Amino acid sequence: MSVPPNSLSPAAIALNRFGLGARPDETPPADPKHWLIDQFGRFEVRPDDYAMLPDPGEVVESYRDQLTAFRREARQDGTKPDKDRLKAVRKEFGKRARMLYRAGVDARANSALATEAPLVERLVHFWSNHFCVSADNPQLTAFAAVFERDAIRPHVLGRFKDMLFAVERHPAMLVYLNQAISVGPDSPLAIRVEARNPKRKLGMNENLGRETMELHTLGVRSGYTQADVTEYSRALTGWSIGGFGPGQRGDRNPDHFDFRPQLHEPGSRTIMGKRYSEPGEKQAQAILNDFAYSSHTANHIAEKLARHFAGDTPPPALVARLSKAFQASGGDLPAVYRVLISSPEPWAPKPLKFKTPWEWTISLLRGTGRRDIGRMNVAGIMYQLGQPVWRPRAPAGWDDVAASWAAPDALLRRVAISPCLVAPVADALDARKIGPILIPDSLAPSTAEQIARAESPTSALALLTVSPDFLRR
Amino acid sequence: MSMHRRQFLSVAAMGAGAMWVSSHMALASVDTDRRFVFIIQRGAADGLDIVRPYGDPGYQGLRGTIAGEASRSIKLDGMFALHPSLAELGKMYAVGEALFIHAVASPYRDRSHFDGQNVLETGGAQPYQVKDGWLNRLVSMMPHEKDEAIAIAPTVPMALRGPMPVTSYAPSSLPDAADDLMARVGMLYDRDPQLHPLWAEALQAKGLAAGASAKQDPAGLGRLAARFLARNDGPRIAMIETEGWDTHFAQAPRLAAQLKALDAMVAAIRDGMGPVWKKTTILVATEFGRTAAVNGTGGTDHGTASMAMLIGGAVTGGRVLTDWPGLAPSKLYQDRDLRPTMALDALIAGAAAEALGLDGDRLGKGLFGSAISGKPVSGLVRA
Repeated sequence: MSVPPNSLSPAAIALNRFGLGARPDETPPADPKHWLIDQFGRFEVRPDDYAMLPDPGEVVESYRDQLTAFRREARQDGTKPDKDRLKAVRKEFGKRARMLYRAGVDARANSALATEAPLVERLVHFWSNHFCVSADNPQLTAFAAVFERDAIRPHVLGRFKDMLFAVERHPAMLVYLNQAISVGPDSPLAIRVEARNPKRKLGMNENLGRETMELHTLGVRSGYTQADVTEYSRALTGWSIGGFGPGQRGDRNPDHFDFRPQLHEPGSRTIMGKRYSEPGEKQAQAILNDFAYSSHTANHIAEKLARHFAGDTPPPALVARLSKAFQASGGDLPAVYRVLISSPEPWAPKPLKFKTPWEWTISLLRGTGRRDIGRMNVAGIMYQLGQPVWRPRAPAGWDDVAASWAAPDALLRRVAISPCLVAPVADALDARKIGPILIPDSLAPSTAEQIARAESPTSALALLTVSPDFLRR
Repeated sequence: MSMHRRQFLSVAAMGAGAMWVSSHMALASVDTDRRFVFIIQRGAADGLDIVRPYGDPGYQGLRGTIAGEASRSIKLDGMFALHPSLAELGKMYAVGEALFIHAVASPYRDRSHFDGQNVLETGGAQPYQVKDGWLNRLVSMMPHEKDEAIAIAPTVPMALRGPMPVTSYAPSSLPDAADDLMARVGMLYDRDPQLHPLWAEALQAKGLAAGASAKQDPAGLGRLAARFLARNDGPRIAMIETEGWDTHFAQAPRLAAQLKALDAMVAAIRDGMGPVWKKTTILVATEFGRTAAVNGTGGTDHGTASMAMLIGGAVTGGRVLTDWPGLAPSKLYQDRDLRPTMALDALIAGAAAEALGLDGDRLGKGLFGSAISGKPVSGLVRA
């Protein structure tokens, strides 16, 4: 068995490794690097589908109001809340949350298909996964899409620090990693509650504190200790959202970040040898700011970017170069992307990455000429392929290595779903003609041969999309 | 496409139960009539709430609101009681088929899920130090008759990754592709060193699974595992992944649902194995435990030692195996966690060796290298 010697052209690499996949009417870029950089000016931060997504706060708030009203009624009547009515309210909330989720997934897929800046859309997906939330309950299901729209998209061509702050203050993240309900054990509220009822103790939850350091910024094994995690978690107390958790006052809108001084643990904090004496909300801000500019963070981000574009084992020279660019520019992301594009490693002419289910599906739809999803259920497709959108089920996000995606059953699923996805356009597209356009100057002769022998246009297109050439980038 | 409606329903099935929908299974075949199953609990399962040390004077004070009513727990002995959601496991304990091991931990001592799971699955002393999984190395140590290995799951979990071929299978509601397309895909992958073996394994698993239900609930997955494992020509080793154990808040209802699912899965494996249950050993383990004390949000944060389970027809069960460190403040690890007094790698080595009839010392070194923390634990499974 020999490795097929498919050597990729720079145009094929720009379209498929950096971009989201070529279109059947695409002219291969004459100057691939310029074509990529040029996209920075063509990115749409808030395409119509995203702009039209309603904020989920109203749905969440009306659910909570209904529950509160039920309980109050029951208390007044001296009865227990009616189980069937509670169930109906919960069911309705779940339904409305899923509608928001579905509309969000559709918006995401549509902008990936319509975009003239596929590299930047890919980077949105990259950052959204780096800073992921997981739609594991109705609340997060409702919030997942606006998290990407409001915390990730506006900053994908901005500064890392701004994206980081938008993420850590977003209701989706504050709910997902339980920060919205965390209370300083010596905060005014905790002391008041304990004075009233010594058995009732409010306290902290260090979930967001730890994952911010481990996953979002510094990276695991970068030298911080459990004591640093606990200190940062203390500093974070008070960071909550409207209408959530203990000590609510004033703004009850769950779309809004809400700092509650009465939940904040008093005193100064020491993290990795540095003392932070800022008051209230500013304390965690000061610490987070230092995390954003830390060389550990630069290394961590550089490694992940390098893995995404230059292979599962990121080339150390590229990681060092990206980290340097990150630090020299103060986390200016376009400056980092420019160094990535001008580096030799991501242009290696052999396939470096096995596409994830999301990458594969989007490239298939783009490759078959779709500019929008029409009536397709993209959320359902991604579920079947094993990568449900915004639902990685762990705060580390989806893996970015082939070993996590190239597996027997996973492959079988792509082969099973491919004919369904290409069938609607099979009569209008000749796989023999579009193969060399989608993978310009680089389609393996063996793939071209099997496509030519296929028994039907659908089968030919399906073969093209599950070919070794198309499964990788 | 009609499948879209079903997909939507699957996507719609969110909530506690949905954490289990993704449970993946992976199987590998070896030349023995014994069976070994590894169920991993991803997210750091709270050992102190699963096997509750109600007899420890420190327990009630640390756990407060989530300690659970002692009367509702399933009493195991004078010190420990089982979480009430584990009714079937309680019955297995009563007939000597379930063994609980407490205050156990891998060599990993920090509190990152992802590093912790990597250590648990690779068997390395440090995260990302070893590139393949101990379960894959276990396959390589079996006297297998040919390079025949089966996987059941969309993808292969870390513990099963490595040079030994392993296949994967998971229930799916996708339509089958046309035979012609399948044949041509085979030709297309023929010369691809990565895709060719994956495709061959996929077709094999698909054949063995023919007629299996597409149900993805915990009991359905347990039945599917048993369906593969109970066959004479089927795999001998399986792995099932469970998620959702990271109970930072509202632990009481969430853990109850998780455990109910685990209980149903294990019971379905037992029921599906039939007479082969006598030769089956199930290991349940997690990457690390949780804080000894309840946190401020009705949950627990990342900790150190936890519990593990061995379940099966030949397990020397009906007891809790532990060198109990105690929950007094001075006994806690770093003033917050249950202190580890038993090494998980030594437990795994001993359990796998006895379950599959292999030499413990040899197997321990093969799975965990010279870094293994002491001698493999013995007396876990009857020959």
